[in-house]
Amino acid sequence: MENWSLISLCVLLGLTARWAVSFHSYSGAGKPPMFGDYEAQRHWQEVTYNLPVHEWYFNTTNNDLNYWGLDYPPLTAYHSLVCAYVAKLLNPEWVELYASRGYESHSHKLFMRATVLFTDILIYIPAVLLYCFYFCDGSSKQKVATAFCILLYPGLILIDYGHFQYNSVSLGLALWGILGLGLGWDLFGSLAFTLALNYKQMELYHSLPFFCYLLGKCIKQGLTWRGFFHLFKISMTVLVTFALCWMPFLSDPKQPLQVLHRLFPVGRGLFEDKVANTWCSLNVLIKIKTLLSRETQLFLSFALTLLFVLPSSLKLLSKPTLWQFKLALVNTSLAFFLFSFQVHEKSILLVALPVCLVFNEIPLIATWFLLTSTFSMLPLLLKDGLLLPYVVTSLAFLFLSLYLLSALERSTEEELRLGLYRKLTQRWLPKLNLSRIIKWKFWFSLAAMAALSFTSVWLKPPAKLPDLFPVLVSVLSFLHFLGFIIYFNQVQLMEPQRKKSQKKTN
Amino acid sequence: MAAPMTNDQSWFYALALGVSFLKCLLINAYHSTDFEVHRNWLALTHSLPVSQWYYEATSEWTLDYPPLFAWFEYGLSHIACFFDKEMLVVPNLNYASPATVLFQRLSVIVADVVFFYAVKECCKCLREDKGKDLLGKPSFILTGLLLWNFGLLIVDHIHFQYNGFLFGVLLLSIARHCQNRHFEGAFLFSVLLNLKHIYLYIAPAYGIYLLRCFCFTQNSSDQIMQPLFIDKSRSSLFIKGQLPQVLSRLFPFKRGLCHAYWAPNIWALYNIADKAFSILGVKFRLLDINKLPKASMTGGLVQEFQHSVLPSVSPLATLVCTLLSILPALFKIWHRPNGARGFLRCLVICALGSFMFGWHVHEKAILMAILPLSLLAVDSRKDAGIFLMLSVTGHYSLFPLLFTTQELPIKIFLMLLFTIFSLASLKTLFRKGGALLNPLEVTYLLGLIPLELICEFVYPLTVWQKTFPFLPLMLTSVYCALGVTYAFIRLYNSLLTCSDTTKKTKMQ
Repeated sequence: MENWSLISLCVLLGLTARWAVSFHSYSGAGKPPMFGDYEAQRHWQEVTYNLPVHEWYFNTTNNDLNYWGLDYPPLTAYHSLVCAYVAKLLNPEWVELYASRGYESHSHKLFMRATVLFTDILIYIPAVLLYCFYFCDGSSKQKVATAFCILLYPGLILIDYGHFQYNSVSLGLALWGILGLGLGWDLFGSLAFTLALNYKQMELYHSLPFFCYLLGKCIKQGLTWRGFFHLFKISMTVLVTFALCWMPFLSDPKQPLQVLHRLFPVGRGLFEDKVANTWCSLNVLIKIKTLLSRETQLFLSFALTLLFVLPSSLKLLSKPTLWQFKLALVNTSLAFFLFSFQVHEKSILLVALPVCLVFNEIPLIATWFLLTSTFSMLPLLLKDGLLLPYVVTSLAFLFLSLYLLSALERSTEEELRLGLYRKLTQRWLPKLNLSRIIKWKFWFSLAAMAALSFTSVWLKPPAKLPDLFPVLVSVLSFLHFLGFIIYFNQVQLMEPQRKKSQKKTN
Repeated sequence: MAAPMTNDQSWFYALALGVSFLKCLLINAYHSTDFEVHRNWLALTHSLPVSQWYYEATSEWTLDYPPLFAWFEYGLSHIACFFDKEMLVVPNLNYASPATVLFQRLSVIVADVVFFYAVKECCKCLREDKGKDLLGKPSFILTGLLLWNFGLLIVDHIHFQYNGFLFGVLLLSIARHCQNRHFEGAFLFSVLLNLKHIYLYIAPAYGIYLLRCFCFTQNSSDQIMQPLFIDKSRSSLFIKGQLPQVLSRLFPFKRGLCHAYWAPNIWALYNIADKAFSILGVKFRLLDINKLPKASMTGGLVQEFQHSVLPSVSPLATLVCTLLSILPALFKIWHRPNGARGFLRCLVICALGSFMFGWHVHEKAILMAILPLSLLAVDSRKDAGIFLMLSVTGHYSLFPLLFTTQELPIKIFLMLLFTIFSLASLKTLFRKGGALLNPLEVTYLLGLIPLELICEFVYPLTVWQKTFPFLPLMLTSVYCALGVTYAFIRLYNSLLTCSDTTKKTKMQ
């Protein structure tokens, strides 16, 4: 069968899975007065359509910031405006100022779901396909299989098409940025990533690797005018893009400050709700949220994040290859997720994207991580009534990545890149079969996640500990993520000089 | 795919598991009144004694399938207890709690296991070329064409029916005949007839084939018992003394020539010709508009109606037409049976002939022709071409079944998925020898795209949507009827001209 037909089949299956998930409920469905993220997005369409630009981020009589005030950068606002124009054409009631608060109907749901599908087809899916075809090793069937598995990553599908968000836009733009850098089109890559940053500020998690990679490349070109000029061009691209996106807000100095205030609510504390990072998990044992002062918390968070981010970034700076870049993206975003301030459980998707990109090289670990990331969002998914799609998509994803990418077969020690672990155990336990241990751990961990998912649904928690199951889910996921960050750091830092060059270096 | 080649059959289970996952995702999709029909049957078989099953009429959806299916529903009802007891209460009309939906959908998905087994058995009957790439293997292609058949997916798992299970029994029966286990094949077919009587459409093929090959050529008396066995199970003793009532429920001839949505058969073309003539006649003052009977063929209700210009059609007329259409094929396999291939070809022709000329045919009946034709399609170039024409047209004609906006993307994606798969894989299989479809056929199939755009996107926005709401349906069924008729003619042509190969093939 020809390539184009295989690709079309995979894309169509990916689209079918997405739309089928969208049949289910969304965040805050039927839950007045605040509803959920779906209502937030609808509200932003209402605000951007009816109010002038200078009122979007301000608390005015027409714009109550306590009711889902805009807290994403301007590009999200422009996107909402475009959707609002379409909504107005179809049914003006959907974006009526005030009157449309809490509006819920079947046709409106279809419209909102359709906007997600549209941007997905436009931005994310082409990026995935191009990535797999340009940067994956192996036969064309292998590339198609990789693309298929990435497209069926449950976490993104469940959040975008279930809970309701537009992560495919920001992640898609970031992926275009990675593609640009990988192909040597640095300006295009910088442009795409800046747009991603202007869509969701959480993309800052990815910004350090981008910076280090580009800086490293410029330095490699020598400390001559060529390197400086290149750096200059990139900086200008970034600045101009920022200026264009923020143009309506640059007239008055108060505007950008207010926007920044909305984007980075430092007043909100170390963490909110249950999330699989260090602070929330630590809080189970020691109530650090109340024990330590705000300044100490900030300092601790900053220090630990820096500690985990520095080695990876420095390594990337010294060796700016695509492989290092991808691993740095994983390590940095995972470090931010685990140690940063005000992290939401959905931010794991920022880590999941780069992990998808190493699917082809380390399929077993990538599958393991991606399943864990979906599992870590279980309490959120259960709240949204997405149990059935969660189970089906997770099982389908597990099966497909094991079958199509031969994840279990491609798990020798070398393939799993267990260099450091092998060195450590060489002395005391030379006969240890590390790869078999990893496989056993994999299955055991999956069994634990399945069991915990099952109990979260079927059993009632004891009255004294009503949050038992979400906490257990967070802690279990946290422990996994801790293991992953150590592993991925090991892979990146201990990368030996390989005889066969991995990827195109630019 | 980059699958390990060590396990030869793993791809089969991968395809089966993959399609099952897809079916699970569709659990919360739209379901039609057929859902309530089956819930009602679960309730009445569970709550009432056997003697009352065919007399119960609280719900408008009375039991109109044969007894064995009623027993199947009875068996299911015992599992249904664990999901939601309320669904088994007869007066709970239109009861559709989440647990009910989950149970019913899962029952269809699980019953499809029969279909999976049947497909596996059919794959064994194919000629395999060793050393071929997996994606080019006939068994892989056949598995894809059957397990991922678009029609079955949307009719069973969205619209809601149990066709997968029933077609599994049919394909298993065909597979047994291919494997020369004729007694099992005949038994399975008689079981099938007792599950759903629509398979009477293909009973003549079975009857003639079995009579010809085993009753009049072998001397063994066992073989003569076969048709008697079939008759015996037809008049099953499960329901004693209720035969007239059962028959009246099974064959409701009060329903009109066409369903509310015309199946794309000859009568659709007949209806449109009648309408055209009446309009022309009125325009050219040849007919008096007051003398014409009010023809409301697509008023949305299932009623009897009259034609205006052409003679009206009665059930007997359709029966005669159907028999006339399938007689040449039956004669052919009587004179020169071509083994299992010839039998299969005759079966497809019988199914298609009954579809073309039958009384009150449902568009879903096209699956009875498409699925067995898949078996022939992976074997010969000509049949692959006919299959492509029939399957694309037939599947497109099922679109009006899912009329909700929410399901629109799903049906388009799945239709494209199946069409691309069948085109690409059959093209790869029959690489040598030119194109499978001639330019005219390609043009016709491409014409489906503008048809879909007009019917579902453009027309609803026009003024005529309110005055002539049935126009898109009419357009769809007439356009598809052309394709189906063409496929029928080509199939007949291939049957009647395959006499050259009979000398080479053996009798069995």
